[in-house]
Amino acid sequence: MKAKVFVSLKTSVLDPQGKTIHNSLRTLGYSSVQDVRQGKFFLIDLGSGLSRDAAQQEVEKMARSVLTNPVIEEFSYVLE
Amino acid sequence: MKFGVINFPGSNCEHDVYHMVSKVLGEPVQFIWHQSGSLADCDAIVVPGGFAYGDYLRTGAIARFSPVMESVRKFAAGGGLVIGICNGFQILLEAGLLPGAMLKNKGLKYVCQFLHIRVESDQTPYTSSLRKGEILYIPIGHMEGNYFADSRTLQELEANGQVIFRYCTVVGEITEASNPNGSLHNIAGICNAGRNVLGMMPHPERASEPLLGSDDGIRIFESMVRSFVHS
Repeated sequence: MKAKVFVSLKTSVLDPQGKTIHNSLRTLGYSSVQDVRQGKFFLIDLGSGLSRDAAQQEVEKMARSVLTNPVIEEFSYVLE
Repeated sequence: MKFGVINFPGSNCEHDVYHMVSKVLGEPVQFIWHQSGSLADCDAIVVPGGFAYGDYLRTGAIARFSPVMESVRKFAAGGGLVIGICNGFQILLEAGLLPGAMLKNKGLKYVCQFLHIRVESDQTPYTSSLRKGEILYIPIGHMEGNYFADSRTLQELEANGQVIFRYCTVVGEITEASNPNGSLHNIAGICNAGRNVLGMMPHPERASEPLLGSDDGIRIFESMVRSFVHS
């Protein structure tokens, strides 16, 4: 099973990189773009030994303790 | 007073700190490798600047899992003096020894310059030889020094007098223009509730001799020695 984990700054935290990218996209004519948040993407191979529930627990634990700093970041993930 | 300087793969200010403590301050000092489980009976621990673990994932995010950090955590919990400088500050934040987190500088650029910081409290072992309101001339060099904490944490820091240094103008005014990185409340350094753990983005070791352009930084370490002797 593989986990795709997406990490980004919380919406309450200013994301200057996202803002800069947003401005660039608007400058290039992508006028439909309303907002951009930049983040990180992790592709984690969990092997084949875990149940879906166990994998969920494992991923959430990893995301909270290592992949994010909960003071400034949030995460979402999908299992495949 | 024996100082220990933690050395992570990617640290790059440990020799500057070592030089300052041994040659300028005249106190015993030794390096402590990050894999070490012991702090070698040191009386104070310096977590120096640099790019521990290449700043991979987030600044300080990997370093906080180094074996030595468990000893540092215990040492701090027992009231031991721990000072984190620049990347060392970032590591202490990630390790939960200080509240808050660092964001990328507001201007998205690495900022390397001398600037002024105002001493906000002399009630710490790190500022006991300084006066509240005093201005230090000291350099910074970082990409992630934009201090962030949620509003409740920030309120607590302010209410408890845990903000120890703020970026300021040459005459000590706290202005947006004197803030090099977008840090909340112009915060350049904070301490924990116990006041024995300090994190600061400016580099006192880079301003520890007149030859370097300023020797204001050595006074933070002189304060530590003075506090230690008095305790």
